[in-house]
Amino acid sequence: MKTFHYTVTDEVGIHARPAGALVKEAKKYESAIRVEKGGKKADAKKLMVLMGLGVKCGEEVTVEAEGPDEDAAITELESFFNENL
Amino acid sequence: MDTYTGKSIFKKIAIGKILFYQKGEQTIKRTHIEDIDAELKRYEKARAAAIKQLDALHEKALKEVGEANAAVFEVHAMMLEDDDYVDSIVNIIESQQVNAEFAAATTGDNFSKMFANMDDDYFKARAADVKDISERLINILSGKEGDQVIGDQPVIVVADDLAPSETVQMDKKKLLGFVTKYGSANSHTAILARTMNIPALIGVDIQEEWNGKLAVVDGYEGILYLEPDGETLARLQKRQQEDLETEKLLQQMKGKEDVTLDGRHIRLYANIGGVKDVADVLANDAAGIGLFRSEFLYLEANDYPDEETQFRAYKTVAENMAGRKVIVRTLDIGADKQADYFKLDKEENPAMGYRAIRICLEHTDIFKTQLRALLRASAFGNIAIMYPMIISVDEVRKIKRIFEEVKQELKEQEIPFGDVEQGIMIETPAAVLISDMLAQEVDFFSIGTNDLTQYTLAIDRQNMKLDHFYDSHHPAVLRMIQMIIENGHKHGCWVGICGELGADMTLTKTFLEMGLDELSVSPAFVLPIRKMIRELSIG
Repeated sequence: MKTFHYTVTDEVGIHARPAGALVKEAKKYESAIRVEKGGKKADAKKLMVLMGLGVKCGEEVTVEAEGPDEDAAITELESFFNENL
Repeated sequence: MDTYTGKSIFKKIAIGKILFYQKGEQTIKRTHIEDIDAELKRYEKARAAAIKQLDALHEKALKEVGEANAAVFEVHAMMLEDDDYVDSIVNIIESQQVNAEFAAATTGDNFSKMFANMDDDYFKARAADVKDISERLINILSGKEGDQVIGDQPVIVVADDLAPSETVQMDKKKLLGFVTKYGSANSHTAILARTMNIPALIGVDIQEEWNGKLAVVDGYEGILYLEPDGETLARLQKRQQEDLETEKLLQQMKGKEDVTLDGRHIRLYANIGGVKDVADVLANDAAGIGLFRSEFLYLEANDYPDEETQFRAYKTVAENMAGRKVIVRTLDIGADKQADYFKLDKEENPAMGYRAIRICLEHTDIFKTQLRALLRASAFGNIAIMYPMIISVDEVRKIKRIFEEVKQELKEQEIPFGDVEQGIMIETPAAVLISDMLAQEVDFFSIGTNDLTQYTLAIDRQNMKLDHFYDSHHPAVLRMIQMIIENGHKHGCWVGICGELGADMTLTKTFLEMGLDELSVSPAFVLPIRKMIRELSIG
């Protein structure tokens, strides 16, 4: 399993549009992708639960990938977070 | 006749019958299903249709109201693709052997409860989105999709509040005006009403029994007349007729290019004083914003506005302009624009005193905060920055150094920003005379004709006694404008006018002949000037 930490800088947090984009990105990989905030984990391939985490600006999340393409997934997702969130 | 008052969003008159709009809170019947496979197929077909509708609405809204307002439909389409949402409906149909409408309603309720219970206002508000998509599905399933909110007759829509998703879907031709109980002057709905050029009143204590009654919305006075008497009706009909005639002419100009008969293009932009004016810019179809006076942020506050406050304002404008140029003038306070917390000393001659860039270059902390906010907002649209009251090359170089410092800081903090054009206001005779030197430092010039005229003619604008000495067409001013344009072009600067003279239609031809690249005027002048430009031949 691979992980990285990220502090969200987008002013409304992981709101609907970036969440949707993240889902699209996560679905490209076979690995299970999860976003964790304060002990709560959400499947990054599912929009509603991801939004249900309610990640706000300034909050830290942990992103993890587990599966055959976890290396590629974590690299790409890290740059996705940097660019979009 | 009864009268009700509210806050007016758009100065126009609407006369017509009232339609009392209620959200589609329909009661869904739960029915037992024998053929589960058929029901699942029916559901899947409806879901595909809903997504298709949303894609079409997204396209339509992009054109009508810009990317920021259109995004809601994109989000709705994504929600309909969500695995959990889809699975939940399928699961309910299969396990409870019930109709798809019921399954969609139940699922919508569950997810919207999840959002409603969140503690952040943004996420709370998403509860309405989930309800919205379930309603769309249910409408398609029950064959109500063709049903228009509005019937054959044009109406004044009265509602508690209206979401952008609701207003965009209404048939504009049948929409005379809005009257709502909630909403603010800066809400999505208010901006949409302005964009759609229809009168709207908010904060009105609405009643369901108004449905079907004749009413007049007077957007000029902020009054709703219910069942108006003959005299009132006649008076407002006359006013409406006058508006219509002006508008008819101007609507012909919307979407048209700003180009002369012989093919000279000019950029026709609008001046704004705050976020709330953006709707006027869009409604009048300006190609961009040529002067965004950032002072309002400072004058409306009790202390220097922080970076976030400024960033949000600039970002909102940039996003709503959806890629069109937004030229923000940095803080231009002092002289006639004062607030207590500036603590500026009283001056003998404030117009020539401590103001604008002179303050910014001394208080670089205030200046840097604004530049940071502007640069951050540039990641969300096409922002350009211009600096007021320039008199020397040295000032411009100092500004550019500070600008580079701010950029460097943002880079180090990995905060994104876009490409930003930098320009200066030419509003002092000094700047005119060295415009060839200044042009080598910046991307564009914007001529502030009000100050330039006052300084050139040595006539105080505030002194009414001097009005008959004031000649805005003074050859000295016009020669200066000519000189600025020539010097600008020699060194690769484009040149615009953002002062009041820009809207003087007796000079439009002269400016075009001089080679001016951009005119920025009050939103209301954009279409009349466009009409004029399109009838000119420069030769």
